[in-house]
Amino acid sequence: MRASLSTDRIDRAWIVDRIVQVLMFLGGISAVVFIVGIFVFITREALQFVFSRFDVVEFFTSIRWAPTSTNNATYGALALMVGTASVTGVAMLVAIPFSLGAAVYISEFATGRSRETLKVLVELLAAIPSVVWGFIGLTIVNGLIIDVFDVPIGLNVLNAGIILGLMAAPIMTTIAEDALKAVPDRYREAAEAMGATRWQMIRRVVLPAAKNGLVSAVLLGVGRGFGETMAVLMASGHSINLPTSPFDSVRALTATIAAELGETAVGSDHYGALFTLGLFLFLITFLINLTADVVVRGIRNS
Amino acid sequence: MFAATDRNRTNDRIQRRYRNVFLGMTLLLVLPVLIILGLLVVRGGPVLTAEFLFEFPKSGMTAGGIFPAFLGTIILVTMGLVFSVPLGIAAAIYLSEYAPDNWLTRSINLAIINLAGVPSIVHALFGVGAFVIFFGFGTSILAASLTLAIMALPVVIVATRESLQAVPHAFREACWAMGATRWQTIRRVVLPNSVSGILTGVILEVSRTAGETAPIMFTGAAFFVPFLPQTIFDKTMALSLHLFVISTQVPGVPEDFPYGVALLLIIIVLSMNALSIGFRTWLRGRKKW
Repeated sequence: MRASLSTDRIDRAWIVDRIVQVLMFLGGISAVVFIVGIFVFITREALQFVFSRFDVVEFFTSIRWAPTSTNNATYGALALMVGTASVTGVAMLVAIPFSLGAAVYISEFATGRSRETLKVLVELLAAIPSVVWGFIGLTIVNGLIIDVFDVPIGLNVLNAGIILGLMAAPIMTTIAEDALKAVPDRYREAAEAMGATRWQMIRRVVLPAAKNGLVSAVLLGVGRGFGETMAVLMASGHSINLPTSPFDSVRALTATIAAELGETAVGSDHYGALFTLGLFLFLITFLINLTADVVVRGIRNS
Repeated sequence: MFAATDRNRTNDRIQRRYRNVFLGMTLLLVLPVLIILGLLVVRGGPVLTAEFLFEFPKSGMTAGGIFPAFLGTIILVTMGLVFSVPLGIAAAIYLSEYAPDNWLTRSINLAIINLAGVPSIVHALFGVGAFVIFFGFGTSILAASLTLAIMALPVVIVATRESLQAVPHAFREACWAMGATRWQTIRRVVLPNSVSGILTGVILEVSRTAGETAPIMFTGAAFFVPFLPQTIFDKTMALSLHLFVISTQVPGVPEDFPYGVALLLIIIVLSMNALSIGFRTWLRGRKKW
């Protein structure tokens, strides 16, 4: 009697265990469900436009983005792509050297307290919200650019690039520093035992060993710059342009969606065009993330 | 016999020079941002009075305070947590405790990386397409906080998974050896030993979602709402969107107002982050294994 009772309890425990396992599994696949959901729902809204009005050649080669023109609406996204690319390019010029340099300093030179302080500081900088960065671009960096370069308007490629660079750098620093830390200490010891100086050791041993992690840090920084919305919207000047100098205003893909979605009627061509831009952004960032992941996997296998 | 040679001294000098170059790069990265933050404190600090925080905006947002936006941000962040924390913890438990090493687990991991990497405006489009239109929630607090929750899900999953995996495997084995089921082991041994790590992730999520603008601006946050939201199907104001609106869209706003809002956002986000970092450091010092 007693024995069967306790068996029942044990059975119940195992049944609960099965149920919980299923629930946890559902939680686990939710990430996949959401990423597929993002693709499906954005495609769903873009579909009508893609089939009725979309012109691949126009989309990729025309610089005329005029969705609100009443008799001749055109949807050329080339200027927007160039805008995004130019801003991201300047941002990487700012962010790559400084974030990799900072990562090397924090991981290889700094010790004890100063290292911990710098790490915390970098982590805190990564948390500043995008809209605050946009505001900084709009006010402080704008004023600086006008004063220093003597140009009439400071909202341009340079401004957005500096802002994006400062935004992306802390994250890139953290990832790059992780990659450097992952290089086993015995590599460093071996190099020092051979009489290598600190810098020789970093350049010949540590950096080559951490190469893949550093590349993926840069890739994730590019992805971040590519997808940044509010900061670019506020700091880039937001006018359609093929920039010829860093002092030209541009308009980015993300910023276009953010600025125009509120004014469109659900189901209109313009609305569908914005979702098509979103789909394009989704696919590109998916590719960047996938590449970064493959590159990182490369280290683990070697 | 062991006196430094000229060569040693030259080497030392070169090493110091390299060190200083890298130190300089680090400082060039950190210092401008600290100066900017200092500027925000100087200009925004005087704006942040009790009246500013707890009054409604007046005369087309050019006077008064920011109370509806402040409250709106708190509501959105809280509801975002309600949706994402249970789901994120479940996902992390699955990945850490159950998941076999197969293609499905790899796809889940890839999906998490991508969920974290998708641009915020794409999350916004998803929120519009799925919650606002398809599920018919309209532009509402519900739609906005669901969008925020999905965007922040990777933060919770990654932090939780890390703290679960930090629990030594021997703890689990000891528990299984006593005849406990997997779930009993997780509930009685693994979770109690990682609860503080999970909390760190949750705090980090608060910091992340409090400043987001793009995902909420078409799903539930509004430029201006004259009353406080009554149900989750109402729209609300939010601090982040308010900063965007008063610094770009509304003429005649006192110049220091946006500095105040920017500073408030930074205070919220950085204090949450500092809390989470402090918590992590404290934990590391206390760890028994």
